[in-house]
Amino acid sequence: MPQIIIDGQRIEAAPGQTIIEAALHAEKTIPHFCWHPGLSVAGNCRMCLVNVGFPKKAADGQPEMDASGNVFVQWGPKLSIACATPVADGMIVDTEGQRTEHAQHAIMEFLLINHPLDCPICDEAGQCKLQEYAFKHSNGKSRFIEQKNHKDKRVPLGPNVLFDGERCISCSRCIRFADEIAKQPALTFVQRGDHVTIQTFPGMEFDSPYSMNVIDICPVGALTSIDFRFHSRVWEMSFTNSICPGCARGCNVKLGVRDNELQRIEPRTNMHVNEYWMCDAGRLENYHFVNEERIAEPMIKGMQSDWNSAIAATADIIKAYKPSEIMIIGSSRGTNEDIHAIATFARETVNTHNIDFIDHNDPSFADEFLKLADRTPNHAGAIALGLRSNDAVTKDNLSERIAKHQIKVIIAVQEDVSAYASSVEYVIAIASNANPTTQSASIVLPASTYAEVEGTFTNADNRVQLIEPAVTTKENERHMGMKMSRWDKLGAFNDRWTQGERRNSRPTWNILSGISAACGNPMNFSRAEDVFNHIALHNQQFNGMSYALLEEYQGLKLGKASEPEAKSVVYESHVLKPQV
Amino acid sequence: MNIQHNIESERMSFWEKIYLPEIGRGLALTFKQMFKPSFTRQYPEEKWIPTGSYRGRPVLVLEEEGERCVACGLCSRVCPALAIEVRAGETDKVKERYPEKFEINMLRCIYCGFCEEVCPEEAIIMSKDYELVFTDPQDAILGKDKLLIPIAQLQDRLEYLRQYR
Repeated sequence: MPQIIIDGQRIEAAPGQTIIEAALHAEKTIPHFCWHPGLSVAGNCRMCLVNVGFPKKAADGQPEMDASGNVFVQWGPKLSIACATPVADGMIVDTEGQRTEHAQHAIMEFLLINHPLDCPICDEAGQCKLQEYAFKHSNGKSRFIEQKNHKDKRVPLGPNVLFDGERCISCSRCIRFADEIAKQPALTFVQRGDHVTIQTFPGMEFDSPYSMNVIDICPVGALTSIDFRFHSRVWEMSFTNSICPGCARGCNVKLGVRDNELQRIEPRTNMHVNEYWMCDAGRLENYHFVNEERIAEPMIKGMQSDWNSAIAATADIIKAYKPSEIMIIGSSRGTNEDIHAIATFARETVNTHNIDFIDHNDPSFADEFLKLADRTPNHAGAIALGLRSNDAVTKDNLSERIAKHQIKVIIAVQEDVSAYASSVEYVIAIASNANPTTQSASIVLPASTYAEVEGTFTNADNRVQLIEPAVTTKENERHMGMKMSRWDKLGAFNDRWTQGERRNSRPTWNILSGISAACGNPMNFSRAEDVFNHIALHNQQFNGMSYALLEEYQGLKLGKASEPEAKSVVYESHVLKPQV
Repeated sequence: MNIQHNIESERMSFWEKIYLPEIGRGLALTFKQMFKPSFTRQYPEEKWIPTGSYRGRPVLVLEEEGERCVACGLCSRVCPALAIEVRAGETDKVKERYPEKFEINMLRCIYCGFCEEVCPEEAIIMSKDYELVFTDPQDAILGKDKLLIPIAQLQDRLEYLRQYR
């Protein structure tokens, strides 16, 4: 194992690692633009130049020392780029000295020569690497008095990505991403010198299903999201850790919220699941239904009602029928907590085995990288927590059983069962968004979406991962540790930006424990964590798990809570710094 | 007993006690003021026009091509009282960003001038307008229609900023 010294700190590096990698593993970031741990090394931005040296050795092979015992360092004739220099035993690296600093100042001045400095307009401002380094590693002076180069602005590279040539610093991260990760080599440099810019090959469009990742990895604002452009400044949003509900992969994401509205979704590094990436569909499809077409209040027979009467009415219906006449259709869109509550509700409160959930498989969605055919985030959790029973009415023989008048009540959680609605006496819908079922259902109970609840999802790899609430409802308004932007936190009742809708929705487990209590079988859960702790105690596969551990290890695999995978060093290219 | 006497009536002389000379002196002073030049103003008929250094209601500069503001949101971020709300939109102009919504809540504003100081476009500046009366809290939230002021009316402040900022 080569040992190197970075800024006086001794670091054990793995053989073959580069200096910047070794430093990252020791939680020390060397300034860089073009290097990204998920991509190949290009070495063209020169920002990671560091002073590299070795101990000077005397004729007998021993290091030379001065009078006070310090080793003489033989520094290299020129600086080396940390991203492409492999470590060697005994190497001494200086990332903060005068020589390195001088080089960094020069590189920053060079990169800023043709940069338009339109930060007030640019969407990246606030989380921009160039902006950050201009403060940290630049002397803030430019000797360039000539006319700046003008290049193409607002060029769409594909359906979701807009390119601004003037802001580009030619780091080639997007080109390498397209070649290596998206496997769609559509981008390339054209022209030379300071006229260099990025284009798609003639007749090609950068329309890969992963194209929007280039927006995240672009160290400047050259690549922006057509969908998000100018919706909000980064510092006006709060970012909450969550899991993408778009498919069974369970990509780790951050939810950007402003004015209690979900503004954007961006990937969060988890080396065991999605690394640094996520698909465009995950970003674009999973925020509209949180903001729009929501069921905001409980409804009885299409009339707005309140929670107490809606729950009492539901309990009355359940008590009026035989258990075998009631069918509960759960959903693998819910969290593990929801699914446990559905299963407990069916087996213990209603006392029926008529419980199942509908698969949402879409083979056309799947690919070899991240996207999976199963479009629900918690299929594995639904199986593990017993949402499927093979011995009773299932959704496959449901229409047949209804025809024989054996099923009279359907309780549907987050599913559209309008096809059966006319053949049963009551449909009780627990749903977050309006659909044909909620229009005709006898009772509609508004459920919170994934962005509003605390809970866990189990992905296709059986990895249980934590989600936290980002959007406020009337139910979670006092959730501990809720992340809120300065405006959302300090706004008063008479500020216009606080006038966004607070929906009167509740998490599914909460609704079901309410109905259960009204039926005379209280579940005694007051928080999502209570439900999860109950699962962890009673379900073999979840044994030993807790929210704290899930957060610490970025998820744990079913049945393997005692042997978590090693924590990986999380590399975040550039993010908004925590607000003070 | 350890009590000190220091009562006003004991300290005063006979002439001071009867007050009449003091009343006469007071009336003389009032009488003298009647013949001096007056400093009071017949507000609101007669209005004071402040100089360029005055920090009145913050306004947005309206140029011939449209507003200067690009909705960068820095004024909103720096505002210690959270008085400013900005929402950006996209245009086809060269300055691709513009404020779709720009609202200043004058009940929150403390006239500190930080928004003017932080503005990279010199688009929000303090005006001379000090007459701010509202009968409804919602009226105090000024939108773009009330905030945009033609640049010709703001020359004093812009000149002041050019000299002293």
